[in-house]
Amino acid sequence: MTVIETHTVGGSTRDSVFDGRLEWTSACPLSHLIPGRGVAVLLRGGEQVALFLLDDGTLRAVGNFDPFGRAAVMSRGIVGDRGGEPTVASPLLKQVFSLDDGRCLDDPSVRLPVYEVRVWAGVVQIHSLVPRDQRHEGPTGEGS
Amino acid sequence: MSRKNVVVVGHGMVAHRFVEALRVRDEQNSWSVTVLGEEADAAYDRVGLSSYVGAWDRKELALAGNDYAADDLVDLRVGTRAVGIDRAARTVTTAGGDVLPYDSLVLATGSYPFVPPVPGHDLPGCFVYRTLDDLDGIRAAAERAKAAGLAGIVIGGGLLGLEAANALRLLGVTPHVVEYNNRLMPAQVDEGGGRVLDRLVTDLGLVTHTGVGTEKIEAGSEALQVTLSDGSVLEAGLVIFSAGIRPQDELARGAGLELGGRGGVLTDRTCRSTSDEAVYAIGECAAVEGTCYGLVAPGYSTAEVVADRLVGGTAEFPGADLSTKLKLLGVDVASFGDAHATTPGALEVVLSDSAKGTYAKLVVSDDAKTLLGGILVGDASAYGTLRPLVGRELPGDPATLISPVGEKPGVGALPDDAEVCSCNGVTKGAICGAISEGACDIAQIKSCTSAGTTCGGCLPSIKQLLAQSGVQMSKALCEHFEQSRAELFEIVQATGIRTFSALIAQYGTGHGCDICKPVVASILASTDSDHILHPKQAGLQDTNDHFLANIQKNGTYSVVPRMPGGECTPEQLIVIGEVARDFGLYVKMTGGQRVDLFGARVEQLPQIWKRLVDAGMESGQAYGKSLRTVKSCVGSTWCRYGVQDSVGMAVALELRYRGLRSPHKLKMGVSGCARECAEARGKDVGVIATENGWNLYVCGNGGQSPKHAQLLAGGLDDETLVRYIDRFLMFYIRTADRLQRTAPWLDALEGGLEHLKEVVCDDALGIADDLEAAMAKHVEGYKDEWAGVLEDPEKLARFVSFVNAPEQPDPTVRFDDSGPRKVPVLVGMPGIGPGTGA
Repeated sequence: MTVIETHTVGGSTRDSVFDGRLEWTSACPLSHLIPGRGVAVLLRGGEQVALFLLDDGTLRAVGNFDPFGRAAVMSRGIVGDRGGEPTVASPLLKQVFSLDDGRCLDDPSVRLPVYEVRVWAGVVQIHSLVPRDQRHEGPTGEGS
Repeated sequence: MSRKNVVVVGHGMVAHRFVEALRVRDEQNSWSVTVLGEEADAAYDRVGLSSYVGAWDRKELALAGNDYAADDLVDLRVGTRAVGIDRAARTVTTAGGDVLPYDSLVLATGSYPFVPPVPGHDLPGCFVYRTLDDLDGIRAAAERAKAAGLAGIVIGGGLLGLEAANALRLLGVTPHVVEYNNRLMPAQVDEGGGRVLDRLVTDLGLVTHTGVGTEKIEAGSEALQVTLSDGSVLEAGLVIFSAGIRPQDELARGAGLELGGRGGVLTDRTCRSTSDEAVYAIGECAAVEGTCYGLVAPGYSTAEVVADRLVGGTAEFPGADLSTKLKLLGVDVASFGDAHATTPGALEVVLSDSAKGTYAKLVVSDDAKTLLGGILVGDASAYGTLRPLVGRELPGDPATLISPVGEKPGVGALPDDAEVCSCNGVTKGAICGAISEGACDIAQIKSCTSAGTTCGGCLPSIKQLLAQSGVQMSKALCEHFEQSRAELFEIVQATGIRTFSALIAQYGTGHGCDICKPVVASILASTDSDHILHPKQAGLQDTNDHFLANIQKNGTYSVVPRMPGGECTPEQLIVIGEVARDFGLYVKMTGGQRVDLFGARVEQLPQIWKRLVDAGMESGQAYGKSLRTVKSCVGSTWCRYGVQDSVGMAVALELRYRGLRSPHKLKMGVSGCARECAEARGKDVGVIATENGWNLYVCGNGGQSPKHAQLLAGGLDDETLVRYIDRFLMFYIRTADRLQRTAPWLDALEGGLEHLKEVVCDDALGIADDLEAAMAKHVEGYKDEWAGVLEDPEKLARFVSFVNAPEQPDPTVRFDDSGPRKVPVLVGMPGIGPGTGA
């Protein structure tokens, strides 16, 4: 599959990003993000991540897959807070999830995976959760 | 077991209630019901007869479900008079010669208007006020009288007489009211109240003649000459008799059934005839233990009693509360308990304010401790708390209870068994019980107890109970804003704040959520014409508004181009077809007369819209809390029945209000004639053509709890119609709660439909210019949202499935094309991450 690096650093593309050996995937320049709004990021191996820039300038990344609606839509939810804890609400059936630890605030038995995020030279990067050697073949990771 | 027959003679409000009650209670389907209605119309709201004036739409008054269309066990025969009962054979004979056997017979023949035997009472131009047909006759005569500049005379100044006078007033004819007693409404009010009432209705243009009788009526060359007992002669174009009603007991009399002293079928407390155990009488024709009741509430009680008895129950007539509270010609009149102080030793406490036009009297026991009754004229706001206190110890000095500055007792002072809602017999205890079980607003109390669902007079008391029970009537939008949507709207208007961050920093707490953000986005959109994806607002929109399309269960979207009034050119239809084919979209017609294209991925949306916009189409805002469609029938341009150009009006309205953001979605309909093919009365705004102009209905909806729209104004020209809709919509947008459609908004609106009419048609709040200006601003600032996206690379860049792979479609989106229609296929859980439980 193809994952496109959308930016260059120091004038040259970092070849190493493409080789499938690094666990960090570049999403986009930080400046591309709108506070309070999410974007979807496709990691190598097919994991989908919902990436959010909060009003306070910090970043959060959780799984993009809505476990209730069973569709990859979490990045399109509305960001907010409950009692100060940053949240995102599913755009399908409106369940609210913590952006800090991924747990569903409306149903504690459900949880979104949480991803590590960093800003590297102005570019937002996300760390894969699934080790390379355990990745499935299919793009969704469901092995279809 | 063989099925038994019950024959119901008469199909008025009480008969209808009986049929409904029996069919609900008769779970075994052991009765089949035959209903004989003499009038051509099935049961209608006779209490609301006067509201027929103006719209002249019989359907408007029809009682819900009065055709029993879905019930095979009910045989309704309208226009069918019963002419005889054979009690021995247990059959009823109709005027058409049918002989119907019965096991039980229910007489619900109602009343007939009493016409005093005045010479000339049967001349052409003399009417009674009882049926829809009567009103049609009155209308025609009143129109002639109006053209000739003649007045109308109402004989009888009681409740019905004043209703008739108001009808004449609405028809443009000056009403004279002749009342034999020395005051109007003698049954309800005393002399003092009558004086205040007289003054109030005289101010409204009625001419009253009290303390005089009618000697004779003669036909002059141009007009009727009515001679009164004081020798004066009035000229009139028509005369309406409303001198009381008498029970319609002719059929019973002919069958030899025992009658009450003042007529009516004599029954015991079970409403069974005292002379025939197979015969029951209900409603106004029944003399229950000798007393006939001319009000609908006791009539309903008799209907319920008989329905219960037929299925083996033991119900008895519980007696009737004859208290009344009404608004006649806009004047409050209430009368309750022993209003005329007939109890021995009763004392009266009177407060009459001629300057303000209010009169209040309490009747109390000889020790001034127990309330026995009372009369209120001009201001009946104390009725709700006073009526349930009848027969109970007063919470304070009686004078303070009716004094404008006195300490009002409030509903809190009532005992638990006091009836707060007398229409539906709901006690204070029942309401408090509902509150303690979690009902926390008026709507929930209405649905659990049915209190407040009929006349609404007790709603202020219910509000008090809610407040006193410690239920915080929180208007807070969410945890971030203590304000209601309407209050935030006012804040945005007054302060000019245009960003969510400024609003929440100054008036809220935290960062917002999926409740308050779209609300603020909607308010910002309703008050200005910025593009909804303007960077300052983009983060507030929910996904539908963010992608200007409707999200579906697998995360793809559906696309709906606008088709004003349901119109579309062949070229546009071809482009829609080509787009659907080229992008593999599933095509379905919507209920709003347009086309929905399903299954588009976010990155396809701009490509799809490029082609639609190039073909001259624009966003249908199917994704927004905004105007959806204006549905129309084909109207007078094509239809042989149409009386006005409904399509032209629908297109004009859709183009005017397109893009208008509101608290919830808005739907409209325009029908070209009374056949109502556009189903406009199921819409928030419904417009129905008549030969006299447009009738405007508001606050209807389909969906989970369907509501028929109600008549706001009738006979409007194009310009007035649009002006009223402008005002109505803006008033709703400014004052409704989040996600509150127009019907529940109207339910919650203090003063209800009457108040709405005052605001929209009479400009009672003085805000009409402001509302119209706000709408004019919207109309002027409208731009197609999709065209706005296509011309802005910044906005276009948001339409990708993956920010780091803009060309890559979401691989989890899949469809199944193998069946009769394309359907989305949801994926299983990706086997990644903690807690996903694959």
